[in-house]
Amino acid sequence: MSRPELAGTAGSPEGKAIPRQPPAELLTGLRRGGIIFPFLVLFVVLSVASGSFFTKVNLLDILDQQASTLIIAAAGTLVLIAGGIDLSVGATYALAGVIAADLTLSVPPLLAILAGVAVGLAVGLVNGVIVTVFRINSLIATLAMSFVVGGLASLVTGGNLIIAYSHPSFADLARTTFLSVNTSTWTMVIAVALIAVVLARTTAGRYMYAAGSNAEAARLAGVRVQMIKLVTFVVSGGAAALGGVIDASRVLSAQASNGETTLTFTVLAGIVVGGTSILGGEGAIWRTVVGVLFIALIGNGYDLLGLNPLYEQITLGGILLLAVGTDAWSRLRTG
Amino acid sequence: MTTPGPSRFQSAHVELRDVSKSFGGARALEGVNLQIGRGSIHALVGENGAGKSTVGKIISGVIPPDRGQLLLGGEPVRFRSPRDAISRGIVLIAQEMSIVPSLSVAENVFLGTEPRQAGFLRRRALSRRYSELAGTAGFELSGELNAGRLRTADQQKLEILRALCRNAELIVMDEPTAALSGPDVAALHEVIRRLTRSGTTVVLVSHLLGEVLQLADEVTILRDGHIVRTTAAAGQTEESLLNAMLGRSVSATFPARQRVGPDAPVVLSVRGLTAPGVSGVSFDLRAGEIVGLAGLVGAGRTELARAVYQAHRTAAGTVSLAGGERLTRRHRAGGPRAALRAGLAMIPESRKEHGLLPRRSVRENVSLASLGQLNRAGIVRRRPERRTVEQMLRRVDVRARSQAMPADALSGGNQQKLLFARMLLCQPRVLIADEPTRGVDVGAKRAIYELLTTLTADGAGILLISSEVEEIIGLAHRVLVMRTGQIAAELSGDEVTEAAILSAAFGATERGAS
Repeated sequence: MSRPELAGTAGSPEGKAIPRQPPAELLTGLRRGGIIFPFLVLFVVLSVASGSFFTKVNLLDILDQQASTLIIAAAGTLVLIAGGIDLSVGATYALAGVIAADLTLSVPPLLAILAGVAVGLAVGLVNGVIVTVFRINSLIATLAMSFVVGGLASLVTGGNLIIAYSHPSFADLARTTFLSVNTSTWTMVIAVALIAVVLARTTAGRYMYAAGSNAEAARLAGVRVQMIKLVTFVVSGGAAALGGVIDASRVLSAQASNGETTLTFTVLAGIVVGGTSILGGEGAIWRTVVGVLFIALIGNGYDLLGLNPLYEQITLGGILLLAVGTDAWSRLRTG
Repeated sequence: MTTPGPSRFQSAHVELRDVSKSFGGARALEGVNLQIGRGSIHALVGENGAGKSTVGKIISGVIPPDRGQLLLGGEPVRFRSPRDAISRGIVLIAQEMSIVPSLSVAENVFLGTEPRQAGFLRRRALSRRYSELAGTAGFELSGELNAGRLRTADQQKLEILRALCRNAELIVMDEPTAALSGPDVAALHEVIRRLTRSGTTVVLVSHLLGEVLQLADEVTILRDGHIVRTTAAAGQTEESLLNAMLGRSVSATFPARQRVGPDAPVVLSVRGLTAPGVSGVSFDLRAGEIVGLAGLVGAGRTELARAVYQAHRTAAGTVSLAGGERLTRRHRAGGPRAALRAGLAMIPESRKEHGLLPRRSVRENVSLASLGQLNRAGIVRRRPERRTVEQMLRRVDVRARSQAMPADALSGGNQQKLLFARMLLCQPRVLIADEPTRGVDVGAKRAIYELLTTLTADGAGILLISSEVEEIIGLAHRVLVMRTGQIAAELSGDEVTEAAILSAAFGATERGAS
């Protein structure tokens, strides 16, 4: 134990002028503008380093591949902002995919697609009820649900790959081109834009921020905090299912091991790298879009430049730590 | 005004010399001189906010003084943390206890100083040392018990044992008996006496004047951060202590009260309301009237406010608003939302925890409760929103650089006005303001008083909770004094005096005359 200093001998640190601390402001600035600068730098570097990067084909390809991730991440942003977290999106994605693919063998594709999305909404509703009615921590609740839902997906497939090659009309959902862009990309653009408008412009969006920022204050101001949280889980479940159905449609097949935890963590990484706080109350959809694409660019860059893909994961982990660290640190400084 | 400590005790264990302390503009202590004799029981008494807990915290290293010196055994010391103070034999037992519920009593007592060998706990040595310690203190408390299951009184014993095990020579106890019942109080008193017999010094911060007179050797009375006097407890009575606590050195000015006619309609009517911390409370509030709700910390004022506002589930009773709208029965699960809709608004006690959305903008904070009127088909109408918020900010005089700045960047007073702005946008007929001036500077206080008065001029009824008796006397038409969850007294007109409020709040048998 340190002995207390005697007053007579104390006072050495008092004379020194403490310089103002630019790092705090710099950090806040970085967090606000945030991901946009590294994203632009990476974009320019890749354009210069690889001739095949800045081409219409490659860029549209990235968007198409990221369509489902972007939809799920945009909805996940709502959950995070309202103060929750959804770890069941990977499993929901798989379940919706196999159900749609399975049903398309027997019913019209549109019905199969709707059924897939409906299942996702139902999973989201169950998540929401567990979290808001039974007040179970969302991290644990959705983790548990991810096992349940993943198990259901395996039950549907019996462990097999469901192949729908015989029903090519199912692929129309993702593969139709309109203005030389795939419908999967169009669906993504519409879904993400819709979610962005809800968050930024509607009363519901405001309530999401309020619920995540200070739930008790929001409740005392008359906000139905639990209802709002529940809605974010339903949207997240629906989005995960839409993503699963789009990807199943793209490849005309689906299996229970699709997505799994990798997807869940890629989605979360994208949201957090974009600068949405894991503590709730702060964030934006554009951030998530840039965050997800940033991660996609890293992957694309490794492919195009022929780098060892083993390092890709290490890079990603480092960037994620940096993003979370900046968030935590700026909170400490500005307290 | 200050009398340096006497006398009966040979040497001063701890001495404060000209100590001052402020919390963000609010002065808690001002030029305090105090000596605490070695081996004595020294009580600190005063109203809420008089500075008695602050003295305890400075002595025990929880907070440093802004100015002045702390002397330990005549030698100036500067504690940087409670840990520093503990290493010099000074321990604080706070109102909120800090036990680890999953560990046993003995493990809690020796937490951090466990007898161990190569990283392994020596259980037998632990239990032997525990019995020795409990024996010297004269406690019958098994070391094997799970600490989380202990009753409050036993938890207190645990804290005392922990202090002793750290060789505490001076123990500061902040309201040790506040949560205890009769027999436990007596037992704790016996423990405290035994401690001093073995040479330990005890500083007792207490609201209970009877307890102070029974236990203490010396009493220091504080008022407004100043020491009124330090005397031997022997010659004092509850009345003499109360009288010394009364009266204010600084007098703030209050805006003129609005007249309330005898036929003013009742806007809030509470009957037999029972909820956690509140039992069977009934009162009426008229249009244009400010009713002050006074009482000590823990008397149930905030609990009553929250129950009326439907923030808590209520067990029994009704809350009705003008027009006979009954909240408790009709909107059982409606909560604050139903209250707000019916025209009842509340400014919560704790700005940070229950009011502010910290990192959201000023605009979002103000419009939060009124978005229902500021949208078209669910889309926020941003221009009307900006205009409405602008008007309201001007009305409550919030000084913000812009509506887009984060609310937590505002000063305390402006944050409080921002919460007023949020609630006033809902155009309440009844406003409950729970400690609306806590931690705000003098200018903002005056502005908030004006706001409250203006509201009543517009016909709203206000229930004002404040720990500053002067504020209640200066603003309220009528005063309800709470004690142990019930209304102990209702005072109006000439009856509203500091003496009457305090004696009702303290539950003194006879009213202290001033």
